[in-house]
Amino acid sequence: MDALLLARWQFGITSVYHFLFVPLTLGLSVLVAIMETIYVRTGDENYKNMARFWGRLFLINFAMGVVTGIVQEFHFGMNWSEYSRFMGDIFGAPLAIEALAAFFLESTFLGLWLFGWDKLPKALHAACIWLVAFASNLSAFWILVASSFMQEPVGYALRNGRAEMTDFFALLTNPHVLYQFPHTVLAGFVTASFFVMGISAYHLLRRSQLEPFRRSFRLALIMGLISSLLVAGIGHLQGQHLVASQPMKMAAAEALWDSADPAPLALVALVDQENQRNNLEIKIPALTSFLAYNSFRGEVKGLKDLQAAAAGQYGPGNYIPPVVPVFWSFRLMIVAGLWLIVLSFYSLYLWRKGLLESRPLVLKALLWSIPVPYLANSAGWLMAEIGRYPWIVYGLQRLEAAVSPGVSAAAILTTLVAFTLLYGLLAVVDVYLLAKFARQGVEDQPPAGKINTSGEVSLWI
Amino acid sequence: MDLNTLWFILVAVLFTGFFFLEGFDYGVGILLPCLGKNDLERRVIINSIGPFWDGNEVWMITAGGAMFAAFPHWYATLFSGFYLALFLILVALILRGVAFEFRSKDENPAWRNLWDWLLFLGSLLPALLWGVAITNLIRGVPIDARMQFAGTFFDLLSPYTLLGGLAFLLVFTLQGGLFLALKSEGELRERSRQAALGAGAGAALALLLLVIMSYGATDIFSRPLPGILLGSSFLTLLLSLAGLYSRRYGPGFLMNGLTIILVSAGFFSGLFPRVMVSSLNPEWSITIYRAASSPYTLKVMTVVALTLVPVVLAYQGWTYWVFRQRVKTEDLEY
Ligand code: HDD
Ligand code: HEM
Ligand code: HEM
Repeated sequence: MDALLLARWQFGITSVYHFLFVPLTLGLSVLVAIMETIYVRTGDENYKNMARFWGRLFLINFAMGVVTGIVQEFHFGMNWSEYSRFMGDIFGAPLAIEALAAFFLESTFLGLWLFGWDKLPKALHAACIWLVAFASNLSAFWILVASSFMQEPVGYALRNGRAEMTDFFALLTNPHVLYQFPHTVLAGFVTASFFVMGISAYHLLRRSQLEPFRRSFRLALIMGLISSLLVAGIGHLQGQHLVASQPMKMAAAEALWDSADPAPLALVALVDQENQRNNLEIKIPALTSFLAYNSFRGEVKGLKDLQAAAAGQYGPGNYIPPVVPVFWSFRLMIVAGLWLIVLSFYSLYLWRKGLLESRPLVLKALLWSIPVPYLANSAGWLMAEIGRYPWIVYGLQRLEAAVSPGVSAAAILTTLVAFTLLYGLLAVVDVYLLAKFARQGVEDQPPAGKINTSGEVSLWI
Repeated sequence: MDLNTLWFILVAVLFTGFFFLEGFDYGVGILLPCLGKNDLERRVIINSIGPFWDGNEVWMITAGGAMFAAFPHWYATLFSGFYLALFLILVALILRGVAFEFRSKDENPAWRNLWDWLLFLGSLLPALLWGVAITNLIRGVPIDARMQFAGTFFDLLSPYTLLGGLAFLLVFTLQGGLFLALKSEGELRERSRQAALGAGAGAALALLLLVIMSYGATDIFSRPLPGILLGSSFLTLLLSLAGLYSRRYGPGFLMNGLTIILVSAGFFSGLFPRVMVSSLNPEWSITIYRAASSPYTLKVMTVVALTLVPVVLAYQGWTYWVFRQRVKTEDLEY
């Protein structure tokens, strides 16, 4: 295998892995902050216990987010050094600001929160977790500013053989980030809501500790309802924007080979990339045009025309991304989104009627839906990133020009295998701990496990 | 002073801050297996750095980000060139980071032992490797005319750079011992002192050798400042040992902190105005001008950094104030 392919696999694996932990951090920090605020305002100990309980799960997840994030930051220099030279002027700035403005805040105040229960006044302690929540979501903004430039370059000039920043403000108001940021943050809120609803449902099912888990469920249900509706709405607007800004990506997402007016929507398609056609499709007429333009007419360009246009603009080459993963990951995300909306509305209905706790099937569905937002998150990133192919920076730099020239395929393979194994093992440990503490009760928990007082542990030195 | 110089100083300050702060928490991790005789002691040791370690690590993340933003070619050459070394640092930091969180979440002694070991290794390896990396910056590595690293992992390992790694390791261990002496009580405190004395003796020897060897292995003494800084770092180290010996841990800690700052400042000032020295041809060394971002980016980043850094310093300082007391067994969160 060549270095480029290995480097891409490594980036794909490590970033999808990092983003397994990120969304829960984004949303759960806010939920914990709300719980603790209610405790501070009402003095209801239930909410304090809830904040500690969910806070513990938050921390286990957060640790994984931190350690996988460091890999992300080192990655650009290690595997994509030519990308870093070409883009450093623009890309480095938001990355550095993310660390200065957000990571310092996040890590310092999380330390204060965790160790400050008895050392800080109540309100100040609650303020710490609010700062953590704010900082996490702020960090998402800055990294997405960086990422959005790669999808839609703005505020730059090509000089000295690289992209140089000419307008910092344009970077911050990149139309792409104005969709991507709310969509990603809301996806995080969805993830956390269904995480809390699922675990609460488990306890309601077992009828253990009803009070705190009813309250948790209610809070998460409200957040889940709002955010799952909004994430779909913003996703739709984002898709409309992409039709204009990255038509190739959206044509791939619809597996639309030939331009059409009005364009149908393929619900499913057996894509044959080599022969540039779909062997089998189930279509709804005119729906793609409608989704793109809010009108049943309007031409949507197909992959073949876009390929010809791109070859004219950038010179010969293949500009069609791998259609199968883009097409199916888009569908997976949308089906997941619709499922979550339906589930939260039905839960709301049952809740209002007071029937929820007598419907074990629904409670089980909630529990088993914890992974659904995770699938949607990964699918969304796969679609966004693979759909950009063959560009690493849209229209400016191709993937093959970005990879480190001095790093051998063997070196990348070694680290790829090592990271994958390490990540696999840590995933097992992480899930084990999350499940263990999720099952445990809300009340009377010792701070973090018991102290082993059963004599001496082994002496190593 | 032009913006390139200012940013060189800022990156140097961030790395120095990282060594100063993370130095003691790497040291605490390194001393964990040798000082923690039972589970309770181990937890006290780990919790002594509990509220701080992540905030300290962000200094490294910020240093890397600032390097990327201000000197993309430095970032690109260093990170792709020192590939395997950085990979090892990453693995170590991954294991170390989760070890804090996971270690006490299960009561099985084997589980705890495993994470304690990983915390130890995850602290030792980066301490050593950062020392190797920094000394390689000034000794010079094979860099060609196009700013590409043209060597292998083994080019990074020479007696001089390994000594650099060892010196960092021992100075950090001393710092960890001093910190534990400040934060713990009773017998643990006494043992921390003993360990710090041992590490400190080694550190003094290694640092002295490193300074002497720097004469032959590098050109940093062609100007007076680096020599002055490195020379005084040895003196502050001796003062720190004196403080330690007479059980004045606070001054001892500050003096060794000063040692770390002086060593780092000495190396970075010796490097200036280069960011990486080429061992193939001095002309090919990467300088703060060849490596830099555009003036516009540097200007934007200057405004951002000068507003944010004081704020960060203020609230991080406040954290140390909040947790200034000795660690008690009631407030173990990890
Ligand atoms: C939309 C959100 C988002 C995205 C796309 C990314 N991250 Fe991330 N990152 C976060 C949101 C986040 C976070 C929520 O702020 C984390 C996750 C859990 C955590 O502890 O903080 C975090 C942690 C985190 C850390 C550790 C911070 C610490 O020690 O406190 C680093 C260095 C990075 N990230 C770097 C990156 C890089 C270089 C990315 C690009 C490839 C990236 N992240 C993608
Ligand atoms: C954390 C969320 C992210 C996920 C899950 C993600 C996912 C992916 C995936 C799956 C690939 C492989 C695509 C392919 O091989 O065709 C990829 C590539 C890449 N992405 Fe992202 N990405 C994320 C965030 C980012 C961000 C924030 C940036 C930049 C700031 C970025 C920059 C890149 C780069 C440089 C590549 C390598 C080139 C490539 O293979 O396409 N990614 N990403
Ligand atoms: C239900 C309707 C939804 C629609 C129409 C939709 C639409 C989109 C579109 C068009 C993109 C690609 C953006 C790009 O290429 O730059 C995207 C990306 C993404 N989606 Fe969705 N989405 C939906 C639901 C969800 C849900 C439920 C989640 C997770 C809980 C989610 C998480 C993501 C993520 C993490 C990304 C990558 C980041 C980004 O580019 O914004 N989406 N979505």
